Order: sequence, then structure tokens, then C-alpha cells
Amino acid sequence: MLTLTRIELFKIFKKARTYIAFGAIGAIIILIQLAMYADGESYLEFMLGNINTAFEIEGNKLNGYFVFYLILHTLLVHVPLLICLVAGDAVAGEANMGTLRLLVTKPISRTGLILSKFLASSIYTLLLLTFMAVLGLGVSVALFGVSDLMVQKSDMFILLDKADVLWRYAAAYGFAALSMITVAAVAFLFSVFADNSIGPIIAAMSVVIVATILTTMDIPIFNALKPYLFTNHMLNWKGFFDNPVDLREVLKSAGVLVLHIVLFVSLAVYFFRKKDVLS
Amino acid sequence: MKLLLTFLTVFILTYSSFAQNEEALLQKVKAKMEKVNDYEAAGVMKLDVSFIKAPDSKVTIFFKKPNKFKVKKADGISILPKGGVSVNTASLLPVGSYQTIPGGKAVVDGISTTIIKLIPADEASDIVLSTLYIDEKEAVIRKAVVNTKESGGYEIGMSYRKYTTWGLPDKVIFSFNTKDYKLPKGITFEYEKGGAKPVDDKSKNKKGSVTIVYESYKINKGVEEKNFL
Repeated sequence: MLTLTRIELFKIFKKARTYIAFGAIGAIIILIQLAMYADGESYLEFMLGNINTAFEIEGNKLNGYFVFYLILHTLLVHVPLLICLVAGDAVAGEANMGTLRLLVTKPISRTGLILSKFLASSIYTLLLLTFMAVLGLGVSVALFGVSDLMVQKSDMFILLDKADVLWRYAAAYGFAALSMITVAAVAFLFSVFADNSIGPIIAAMSVVIVATILTTMDIPIFNALKPYLFTNHMLNWKGFFDNPVDLREVLKSAGVLVLHIVLFVSLAVYFFRKKDVLS
Repeated sequence: MKLLLTFLTVFILTYSSFAQNEEALLQKVKAKMEKVNDYEAAGVMKLDVSFIKAPDSKVTIFFKKPNKFKVKKADGISILPKGGVSVNTASLLPVGSYQTIPGGKAVVDGISTTIIKLIPADEASDIVLSTLYIDEKEAVIRKAVVNTKESGGYEIGMSYRKYTTWGLPDKVIFSFNTKDYKLPKGITFEYEKGGAKPVDDKSKNKKGSVTIVYESYKINKGVEEKNFL
């Protein structure tokens, strides 16, 4: 299994499209950091408009922790689309190149093969998140320094002591990993059914986009759906920035995501085992 | 007619003597505060507002005559209500001409106080009316209720212990009215718990408070200007 995963990782990192996500994330992070460095105060004024009318906020508001939170807020909605590029290609890409049939003739179990492909996609996802965390947090802290973190919710303004922030980022990283692996699992499942990687990539992206739109629109008819949407639970990394953390809700969301991963991967294994591989 | 004139004369004399008493008391309080040219104090600030969650924080408070006042959290962020300059007791005493109205007596935190109402003569003044509850024995303000044109009304309660001789409080509670705080969820990208949402009780008293507990003061040792930036 380990050897198979290593081979799959080698295949992933041999493809140029793998690096598109790293390039895009790197560019967005640096652009946000530069924009904040150049004119972050105006952004802050706009963001704090609601609270600035009644309160005076003193101190280093535009600090590294705040900029990284802003980066996460922006990117964790869009990173799933980049993950689909690799996970959606995992099986369908091989079928497209005509190597899948050859692969399944080897003396390895189909379950082992498909699980190693999923494991490789998950490792790629974790590497992407780690890259985002190191570049986002490291450079932001170096550029803007550290101070207390301001978090805005729809009905609450939270100020977290700077000594109380890093563990939240570590926990949020773990949660984001679960979220992104869920997206990888969706794309991976679609990949099993196709002989061309474009189909599963676009299908997975569409699912993520539609579910995200339903999640973000505050309309009563959609609100009833939200507890059942994995994209809604994906947003609960922000639960770690609540004070106190509602651990029950965060664990519930994590559980829902784990269930989705198990379901999608099980279905992928089931269908791949039954698949008549012709290409 | 003679009776009426006598009554009016007695009334005016009594009122003016009361007003003189109030003025003398105010001057006594002012004289005590005048001894403080500047201070740097260490304290703990607690913010209690329904829509703000902020931890209690150690702060440094700077003051310099006549009315420079700043609350700073070392390497951190502090939140104060606008008009929070009045967390500083020196700013409660009027500058320029004003009219005093005696308001009788009241008990604040178990201490008997004299009530003085102040109306600034300057029409441009933001303060419309200040009601001061003055402890005559210690010559300090125990409580103040201030009505302003711009920031609405607020109340300040003060308790004294170690620094009474300087007229500086050990604890200040600044209470104010708050407004609603709402942002669309489309902006905040928030997780939806599901289930019935709590009904927003509009009738709920939307009051907030800032409490500063002063631990120590460095009085008249000089405070650099940069601390007020």
C-alpha cells in the first residue's frame, strides 16, 4: 500500500497541473498580503464600519494573525476547486491515457489500488494546505507582526488575546484538512465513473459551487437545507475562533465530514471493484 | 405686596447661598484634582457589551492635563466606547462658564453624596447636562450621569481607596447605551447550526459597560506625548 501510494504521489507530482494550485494559492496569498501592506487601513475602516461608529479600537489591528484569518476566509472557499483538479483526475486521468486497464491487470487488489490513489490525493491536499499555512501565516507575521485577533461574525465581534490564537490556527488547520479531503473524496468518486478527467473535475466543482451558494445565501428555504450540506460543515473551522469554542458543534461538523469521506470513498471502492475497465 | 417681596428676597438669597455652597464644593473637588498634572496607571479593563466578546486585559492608562487621556493594551488591542474619554474623572468637571443647580442629597454605594447639576453655558458644548454625585467629606465625585448631544447618555461610577487624597479612583465603571450589531452572513461565511433561531428581543435593554480597576498610579512623574498618539 505504501509503495502504491508513493507511486501515485510520483504520478501526481509529475503532472504540470498539480502545480497550478500551488501557483494560484501562492499568488493569491502574496496579492492579499501586498494589498494589506499597501492599503490595509482602508480595508479595516470598511470592515469595521459597523463597530467604529460606537467604539474606538486602539492597537495593531492590522497584524499578521488578522491578515492570515482574512486569507483563510478568502481561500478556504476557493481551494476546493483547485483540489478537484487533482482528485478528479486520479482514476479518470489513467483511463484517459489508457493506462488504467494495464494497471488493473497487475497483481494488486483493486481496493488497494483505489485506496492508494485516494491516499495520494489526500496527501496532495494536505501539502497544499501546509503550503497555504506556512506562506500565509509565516509571511503575514513577518510583515505585520503579532497582536490580538479581531474576528467578525454576523452578530458578534470577538477579540482574541494573541497568546490564545496559535492553537486555534493549528486546530483550524486540522479541521480544514478534513474539509478539503471531503471535497477530494467527492471528486475522487466522480473520477471512478469517467474515462476523461474533465467530466469529474467539472462535476465536482459544480457540486461544490452549488452547495456553497446554498450555504452562503441567507434565505429561509435554504436555511432548512444547510445542516445537511457538507459545505456548511466545512465552514465550521471558524468555530475554533469562537470564545468559548462550541466543541460539540465543531465535533459534530467534523463527524459529518468524516462520514462523508467514508461514504464517498466506500462508494468509489465499490464501483471501481465492479467497473468494467475498457480503457 | 410687602409679603410677596419679602418671600422673593428670602427665596433668592437662599437659592444663591445654596448655589454658592455647590460652587464651593465643586471648587474643592477641582482643587484636589488640580494637584494631578499627569499620571501613568496600570489596571485591568473589562468590557461588557452583548455583541462583543473580549477578554479582560491588562492596560496602561495615561493622563495629562488638561484632558489628554489614553487607555493602551501593551502589544494588543483595546476597545473603548466613543466618548470613553469620560472614563477619566478630570473630564467630568466643566471647562468654561456653567450654571450649577443643586439637586439635593443621595446615597451612592452606602456613602452620602450631594447632587450638583451642571449646565454648560457654551452652546457648542457636546455636554447638555451633567449630574455629579459628590462625596463632601472626601471631596471626590462618586457618580456622574452625563447627557450629550452626540453620544447620548452615559453613567460613570467611581470608587476610591488608596488614591483618595489625589482624587483618583481605584475603580471606574462606565455604562453606556449600545446599538444593534448585524452583518450579513453572505459576508461572514458562517456555519449554520440549524434549528429554531432565538428571537431577537428588541425590548431588551441594550446597555454596555467598561470597568477599569486601577492597580497602581505613578502621579506627576511626567508622561511622554507619544503615549497619546
